[in-house]
Amino acid sequence: MLSNYIKIAWKVLLRHPFYTFITLFGISLTLTVLMVLTSFLDHLFGAHYPENNRDRSLYIATMMLTDSAETSMSTGPASFRFLSRYAKSLKTPENVTIISNFSFSNTYINGKKIKLNTKYTDAAFWHVMGFEFLEGKPYNEQHTKSGEHVVVITDDLRNQYFEKKGQTVIGQNIEIEGIDYKVIGIVKGSPATRLYTYSDVYFPYTAPKSNYENKGMQGSYIAIALAKDQTDIPAIQSEFDSGIKSIPMSEIRGERKFNILIIKAEEYFDHFLNTFARRDQDKLMLYSMTALVILMFIGLPAINLVNVNVSRILERASEIGVRKAFGAPSKALLWQFIIENIFITCIGGVLALGLSYLIIYLINSSGWIPYADLTINFAVFLISVGVCLMFGFLSGVLPAFRMSRLKIVDALKG
Amino acid sequence: MIKLQNVEKVYRTSSIETLALNNINLDVKKGEFVSIMGPSGCGKSTLLNIIGLLDAPSKGIIEIDGRKVERFNDKEIAPLRNKMLGFIFQSFHLINDLSVIDNVEIPLLYRSNNAKQRRELAEEALEKVGLANRMKHFPKQLSGGQKQRVAIARAIVGKPEIILADEPTGNLDSAMGNEIINILQSLNENGATIVMVTHDDAMAKRTHRLIRLFDGTQVL
Ligand SMILES: Nc1ncnc2c1ncn2[C@@H]1O[C@H](COP(=O)(O)OP(=O)(O)OP(=O)(O)O)[C@@H](O)[C@H]1O
Ligand SMILES: [Mg+2]
Repeated sequence: MLSNYIKIAWKVLLRHPFYTFITLFGISLTLTVLMVLTSFLDHLFGAHYPENNRDRSLYIATMMLTDSAETSMSTGPASFRFLSRYAKSLKTPENVTIISNFSFSNTYINGKKIKLNTKYTDAAFWHVMGFEFLEGKPYNEQHTKSGEHVVVITDDLRNQYFEKKGQTVIGQNIEIEGIDYKVIGIVKGSPATRLYTYSDVYFPYTAPKSNYENKGMQGSYIAIALAKDQTDIPAIQSEFDSGIKSIPMSEIRGERKFNILIIKAEEYFDHFLNTFARRDQDKLMLYSMTALVILMFIGLPAINLVNVNVSRILERASEIGVRKAFGAPSKALLWQFIIENIFITCIGGVLALGLSYLIIYLINSSGWIPYADLTINFAVFLISVGVCLMFGFLSGVLPAFRMSRLKIVDALKG
Repeated sequence: MIKLQNVEKVYRTSSIETLALNNINLDVKKGEFVSIMGPSGCGKSTLLNIIGLLDAPSKGIIEIDGRKVERFNDKEIAPLRNKMLGFIFQSFHLINDLSVIDNVEIPLLYRSNNAKQRRELAEEALEKVGLANRMKHFPKQLSGGQKQRVAIARAIVGKPEIILADEPTGNLDSAMGNEIINILQSLNENGATIVMVTHDDAMAKRTHRLIRLFDGTQVL
């Protein structure tokens, strides 16, 4: 049965090279874009090195101060002080880390000035994140307490800064902004798309210029709370919220004329979304726009395929008539056309898979995103297969339905 | 085996109504070989299509093998066509994209036979029409007579009790035509009930009974 269907599907494909090319081109292009896009979204939002624990992490990244009339507002990261008081003190999480937002410093290599991405973190950072240490160790609470001049750097910076290859650089000094720091660990770098972990150099927060002692609620730090388990997330959020609620008005008023403080512990995607759309209304808009774009993106090739199929099916009227005359129920014919379409979309799917691998390989190796680690993971693949099947199904059902209403005698005449 | 009572067929188009069959009564016994003759446009094909359940009558009752066919819905009729009936058409109606053996297997696709059984039955049917050596060929590589023999193999592969042939020799020269009639005759001798439309008196003479149509009415 299946082989009979596939044989004829194959023949029909070969009989119309141009249609076949157009159809396959449409399908594989759509699927390729879809796969690369999903892979990219997964790269941005999924739990990957070194934020391997993103699934059970809550991000406290933006603080908004406003007045009840919303005549003015001030949005930005919080201060180290604020976060150590209201985030670090949380009881429910397994661990909480405070990290500075990105900042820059200069260093000199062979007399040439180099701009470095820098980050100030606490010791908990190394527990919350899943950094791989190629050499040495992270700094610990001892280091932060005593304010020692130590740093952890990436392998890339090590290779740039230190000349002698193949020798350990642990214990050697790196000079940044005129201060010598002792390198105590080398990590495999984080992709630049992971803002909270990406850096060339990691300092203990007590290092010079970290501004961790700044007064006021706003500053340049964010906190990440790691839940013991995903199910603890709501509990952490409510613990954090009640802490924020207990802040006396006088403290909020301290900063200009604001009387409303909004700061939340959110999962990564929500926290990201909130930077674009804070109100529910905006979110709905954003979601529906995305849905529309995706629908159009999948829908257009599907409609095209339906069209091609409908016109092509008419020339197969005689075949349909014969099959029906010899006892094919409409259901069997329906399946035949669906299977044919799934067959062609699967060919398109295989092409798309190959193409996606190539594109992702090129993105990863181009250095366009430092440490890019895009992959076609299982989920991406499953989504694509699902889309394939939907394509095949959609484009098969309509023509098959038209055909099933065809009278046998008319079909045989045609 | 085949019974028609007061069968009428009207073709309606937007402007005209054609009475293609008018009050046809017919009783074909098991094992009979019947031919239908009449001038062009008198309704021969229409009658055969109605007997073969390819088209529904406008009025009247059809009985196949003692079963009244009342509702012409797909679910009821498809299995009946599949098991009881085998068609042979004037223009062969082979599927050009499939090989000879795949064409012959078609009626078996809609049964519970497995691939091996299908292959065996199809080979057997092709042997009966003397085309066992052309199984892997495609229809385009065959002569008209060979195509019609493939069509006959396809009609008999499911061992139906009734074979319906609409001018099976109409597109063939007389030698080829004779060969086809010989095959049909031997199938009939082995028990098949056959109804055949023909224009050829010589062919009609070789059947048991002749039905004549004129303007949609049975005249003999
Ligand atoms: N689908 C249709 N719609 C309208 N009229 C039709 C249709 N099919 C057949 N007819 C008409 O019905 C009548 C009988 O047609 P039919 O095909 O049965 O004739 P026939 O005896 O088989 O002729 P021939 O010997 O030329 O094959 C004709 O007048 C024809 O025009
Ligand atoms: Mg006719």
